[in-house]
Amino acid sequence: MKFGVVIFPGSNCDDDMLHVLGDTYSKPVTKLWHKDRDLQGCDFIVLPGGFSFGDYLRSGALARYSPIMEEVIDFAANGGFVMGVCNGFQILCESGLLPGALLRNENRLFQCENVHIKAEHANSRFTAHVPAGKALKIPIAHGEGRYHADAATLNAMNKNGQILYRYCNENGEVTPKANPNGSLENIAGVCNEAGNVFGMMPHPERAASEDLSNTDGRYIFDSLVYLGVIMEK
Amino acid sequence: MPTTVETAQELGLRPEEFEKIKEILGRVPNFCELSVYSVMWSEHCSYKNSIIWLKTLPRESDKMLAKAGEENAGLIDIGDGLACCFKIESHNHPSALEPYQGAATGVGGINRDIFSMGARPIAQLNSLRFGNLKNDRTKWLVKGVVKGIGDYGNAFGIPTVGGEVYFDDCYEINPLVNAMSVGIVEVGKTLSATSTGVGNPVYIFGSSTGKDGIHGAAFASKDITEDSAKDLPSVQVGDPFWEKLIMEATLELIPTGGVIGLQDMGAAGITCSTSEMSAKDGFGMDVWLDKVPMRQPGMKDWEILLSESQERMLVVMEKGFEKKFEQIFEKWDLTYAQIGEVTEGGNVRYFMNGELVGDIPAESLALGGGAPVYKREYAEPAYVKEIAMFDMAAIADSGWGEGRGKLEVGSVARQLAAHPNIASKRWVYRQYDSMVGTLNQSTNKPSDAAVVKLRGTDKSLLMTVDCNSRYVYANPEQGAAIAVSEAARNIVCSGGEPLGVTNCLNFGNPYNPGVYWQFVGAINGMGKACKKFGTPVTGGNVSFYNQSSDNDAVFPTPTIGMVGIMESDNCMTLDFKNEGDLIYLLGHQKNDIASSQYLVSVHGVQQSPCPYFDLEEEYSLQQAVKSLIQNKQILSAHDCSEGGLFIALLESAMAGGKGFDASTKLRMTEDGIWNMENGIQMRKDSFLFGEAQSRVVVSISPNQKEAFEAEMREHDVPCVSLGSVTTGNISIDGNEMGEVEEYSNSYETALETALA
Repeated sequence: MKFGVVIFPGSNCDDDMLHVLGDTYSKPVTKLWHKDRDLQGCDFIVLPGGFSFGDYLRSGALARYSPIMEEVIDFAANGGFVMGVCNGFQILCESGLLPGALLRNENRLFQCENVHIKAEHANSRFTAHVPAGKALKIPIAHGEGRYHADAATLNAMNKNGQILYRYCNENGEVTPKANPNGSLENIAGVCNEAGNVFGMMPHPERAASEDLSNTDGRYIFDSLVYLGVIMEK
Repeated sequence: MPTTVETAQELGLRPEEFEKIKEILGRVPNFCELSVYSVMWSEHCSYKNSIIWLKTLPRESDKMLAKAGEENAGLIDIGDGLACCFKIESHNHPSALEPYQGAATGVGGINRDIFSMGARPIAQLNSLRFGNLKNDRTKWLVKGVVKGIGDYGNAFGIPTVGGEVYFDDCYEINPLVNAMSVGIVEVGKTLSATSTGVGNPVYIFGSSTGKDGIHGAAFASKDITEDSAKDLPSVQVGDPFWEKLIMEATLELIPTGGVIGLQDMGAAGITCSTSEMSAKDGFGMDVWLDKVPMRQPGMKDWEILLSESQERMLVVMEKGFEKKFEQIFEKWDLTYAQIGEVTEGGNVRYFMNGELVGDIPAESLALGGGAPVYKREYAEPAYVKEIAMFDMAAIADSGWGEGRGKLEVGSVARQLAAHPNIASKRWVYRQYDSMVGTLNQSTNKPSDAAVVKLRGTDKSLLMTVDCNSRYVYANPEQGAAIAVSEAARNIVCSGGEPLGVTNCLNFGNPYNPGVYWQFVGAINGMGKACKKFGTPVTGGNVSFYNQSSDNDAVFPTPTIGMVGIMESDNCMTLDFKNEGDLIYLLGHQKNDIASSQYLVSVHGVQQSPCPYFDLEEEYSLQQAVKSLIQNKQILSAHDCSEGGLFIALLESAMAGGKGFDASTKLRMTEDGIWNMENGIQMRKDSFLFGEAQSRVVVSISPNQKEAFEAEMREHDVPCVSLGSVTTGNISIDGNEMGEVEEYSNSYETALETALA
């Protein structure tokens, strides 16, 4: 299982993601430069957080035109696993790999803080190791994280089990107050219909170390790392 | 074009400075040269009115790897083959005019200073001061500055891990925006701002050069700029995306081994970087201004020289490395050009389309070289006498229940907890990415200083910014010593050892003898305290003229940025841990409410002396706290600062989701620790809300009581048993004061409410 972390100019959570996958999980992981077209044989592509190309237009709007994204789109179409965190999620939505869009936060301010999320179900590559009902403490850091999709899309996503994470309080209750940015239905993370492309606004890589006194993010990494091993077998 | 003394004065130079320039050049300077001198000899670049005093600060330590003021930032050896590179800088004046860009470019500038040294920034802090929050302009400034810092720092991708925000009427016209950055570099892999080797190429890279931020321009002769002066914005515009790219490119240049010297383009742009780098090792430089990538056509030579367009770097490389460097610039899509080469002789020569437009000895421009140095007059201002008249006996104490002329303790407590100077700054820091880089250990474990992991080691770097400027106003020497002490105390209470200081000295007009008296006093106090704590001043910045004609000078505000180092094992947090843990107060008890937030906001007394402070007592206190932490005898430590003991207790309680039951009955003495007999008579307000210095609240496990008390007897530090940690209620002397949650709701939202 080889991971590839795509680096766009302005990516700034790339090192954090490389650190978790490479050091914490001891997985082979490589940097993929946005100008390249070679996925270097990776089995799992991660688009990290940051401000690709400065995000002066719409978050992720320019990054989707990078040469590497054409390869990522092909890779996903062939069933390859792709995960985007924060800016990565925004890029996946801009690229059409995920439904919906991420709008300015309801309070129109950038927000960085710990929030809680819980997995909707465990039938996914991206949630399998998250205990049912458990509220995970995962930080957010974004100005444009309000998930939006039209009613029909949202309805279909719910039916297909594409909503993977929702914002909740520390007791695991999905309440309006626990919604930090005004996302529809407290949505924090979604996948595509095929289930191989996943995006989330919170940063699990910021919650995966004893040094930071928060390892809740490892439930998510466990899901994609260990389930991968099982699935390959 | 010949210049006159009038031109010089219009550019901000003094007549005697014009004479000196003529003497240096042996001729009358042309306008371009005069412009160069005007910016390089400005207060901002030359430190001409402060350098004499700055040199009296302790600036030596065996851990310092760069001489104070001689590089872009301070550099301290932190062990494990690593060095910490750090600096604080002001961006006050731009922020007063255009808070968003002013603050943003302040963040950009300070981070460039760090990566210019070859260090990768890992954390940022800031220290902000504004006027009265009731005024719409203040709200506009706060929102703009915070958004500016956030947008820049967040996109740049370095976490903001700490800071302070104060409000006082004295900052109404002149807000203060001080930004600090801290970086890490392997010892021996740093870059220097130098230029050597005749024939070596000089490159500019980063953004192209435009007409923004040309300070002298507004004053420039109309004859020259009639057609262009109108479109010169005086405030620079920042672009964090470019900053990120030039940082990555800069850090990629280092391993090539081809970098001779490198400096960012800050104040005075190309002028400053070319002359300072040349002056450093006595080389000259030919600079071809027409080769500089420009944003617009038709820029004049002096405009190119003085432009403060952001996100630009100057690098001198070893000849032969051009291709390698250009590949790196191209990888990061940066604009770049060779704009000159190193020459013999020590003169910087500026050419425009082959024509020599300026020829100046670099040394004569640089700080420590030919730049003027002044000794200013100073005199104690009149207000100092008024302060000395303060009589605490005329202030009614607070007590339990209304009546008898006494204020209710509970209502005072609630008022203070919701005061913007004391209340949570969550509204501010929530807009900063505090976690990118995954090194900020304070997110889930709060302590008095910010704690940043040094990955690959068993250590963390601690950092803090501190200054209570009201204290400095009341007594510059004591106040500045307190600022240093509080910074050190914050680091010690977090489990660390203070290492070094960077300072940002914000004052009024230095030509005002009263202001200069404050400056001299502050330097003296800072020097003494830095010496005591073994924390040399590694660099920083002076910002004078923080006053306007229709307003007095701001409070003298010598902001202290301090870094320290901690063994992971010593990590100490400020939150109360368990119900039933015992709470103690370490430090001397004094009947003192002077300059407290309580005295100012509850009693409306604006002028009073500096709070009680004794440097030796402070030092002993910190030694005691250090050994308590190392001996694992305490569970939390939090120092008393604004709002006094009550607020310190409340903050520890809120952070731990607990409450406290405390007694103000005197169970302490001046001389002994456990003798309950000889207590001094304390005013209730002084005990709870006074800001006498050098006091720390600790909590301990009940089964550690004997070991703790035995340890405290070893130290010459008084210790008071205050009470114990409760599940969530607050009780003082048996008076129920409500649940911590009630306080935390207003504490958390007060600032947001005031800004609405």
